[in-house]
Amino acid sequence: MTEQEVMELIDSSLAEEFELERAEMIPEANLYEDLGLDSLDTVDMVIVLEGAFNFKIREEEAIREIRTLGDIHRFVLSKVKQHS
Amino acid sequence: MPLASVVVTGIGIISPLGNSLQELMEGLRGGHSGVRIIPSLEKIGGLRPRLGAVVTGVDEKEIPRKFRRSMSAMSVFAYLASQQALKMADYPEGQLGSGALGVIIGSTLGSTTTSENFFKDFFLDYSLERMKTGLFFQMMGHSCAANVAQSLGITGRVLAPSAACATSCQAVGYAYEQIALGRQEAILCGGADEFHPLTVATFDIMHAASTAFNLQPDAAPRPFDKRRDGMVCGEGSGILLLESKASARKRGARILAEVAGFATTSDTSSIANPDVGAMVTCMRLAMEDAGCSVEEIDYVNAHATGTVQGDNAEAEAIRQLFGDRVPVSSLKGHLGHTMAASGTIELAGSIGMLQHQELIATRNLERIDENCAGINCFQRTHAQPLKIVLKNNFALGGINSTIILRGYQND
Repeated sequence: MTEQEVMELIDSSLAEEFELERAEMIPEANLYEDLGLDSLDTVDMVIVLEGAFNFKIREEEAIREIRTLGDIHRFVLSKVKQHS
Repeated sequence: MPLASVVVTGIGIISPLGNSLQELMEGLRGGHSGVRIIPSLEKIGGLRPRLGAVVTGVDEKEIPRKFRRSMSAMSVFAYLASQQALKMADYPEGQLGSGALGVIIGSTLGSTTTSENFFKDFFLDYSLERMKTGLFFQMMGHSCAANVAQSLGITGRVLAPSAACATSCQAVGYAYEQIALGRQEAILCGGADEFHPLTVATFDIMHAASTAFNLQPDAAPRPFDKRRDGMVCGEGSGILLLESKASARKRGARILAEVAGFATTSDTSSIANPDVGAMVTCMRLAMEDAGCSVEEIDYVNAHATGTVQGDNAEAEAIRQLFGDRVPVSSLKGHLGHTMAASGTIELAGSIGMLQHQELIATRNLERIDENCAGINCFQRTHAQPLKIVLKNNFALGGINSTIILRGYQND
């Protein structure tokens, strides 16, 4: 998968799960303040990403630092690279 | 301590006959059927019924995702019906979070559809790693009540009685008692259920579901009719806003009816089969609670689901109390059996009858079964002066319940 394809899969998965407008899904978008997610959503977000990329990330410390969509892109890209 | 009078000021309906009180009443008064063929039932091995009374025309997307994610269909129905009831009552939005308003809404089970979907996935590899956070909130026993309270910001008491077909009749009764005692000023109360083949199968294996009219959906069910062969399972939600008369008057709310009495009892003769004496006791206790005599009852809205045994027992119980004087009908010929919602949807229909001063006849009652003889099962919808209505709901598990409604003239 190219980086672009990885980011597209992240965005499309999250847009479907959380009914987000793609236009709002810019890398700087804060998950809570801009995209309106909450703590329950972040639990489901991990499950959605695990399903989309077939990896396990729920125990990763780095997840707790995620604040923006760009943080998710970077985190997932690094995980995908590790697995490739 | 003097007890407060309790009145109905709002009604919300999501039903097989339409998604408002107005649509419900048009369907009932027009003699329409909400029963249809459900093609997916054919795929269930061993299941004989093919009919259901399901809700159409509901757009769950009108509920914000944050609230909808914890809702299965039954909570969606309960939420939409609750909104309607509050709107009809013109209940002030600022009062929702005051603690004066409570919620008593029940269902037969938590969401069976959600359970099915979860276990279908779980059994693939016995993994819980794909389980999302919304699951429990849809499966829990108080899903409808909690979802309604959360999504509408209601901060008073939240209860979720669960008594199968008697659920919402009990919910109204418990709301009536709590308001009468002054514990809450107003309560959104009722029931909701969603259609699932498991419900149909439950009645099918007990030979209590209709199968003879599988190709003729509008001919079933047939309460009190000679050719009746069982119930038709349905879904929906009926929600009433009950309020102390003092509160309703203070706000200038239009009063739709008064809840005058309630009784609920346990029939321990059998967990499945009804006992005539226990039904008589329940109706008698409700009339005592309302302080009204047998002679004062103008109409009985029967539970009568269209099963052979249940209708026989209820007809006999009504005969013992009222003989053939009091008009009796069941609305399940129109609506099917909306399970936990049936009590409040049919109470709404009864309130509609009080308002229109019109008695709605049992749909599909063509020839009265001789085993149901001796009661006044009228066969034509007609105008009639009405003041006091008695409404029954009898449930699997031996749960009996009766509500007495009194018509109300607004100044």
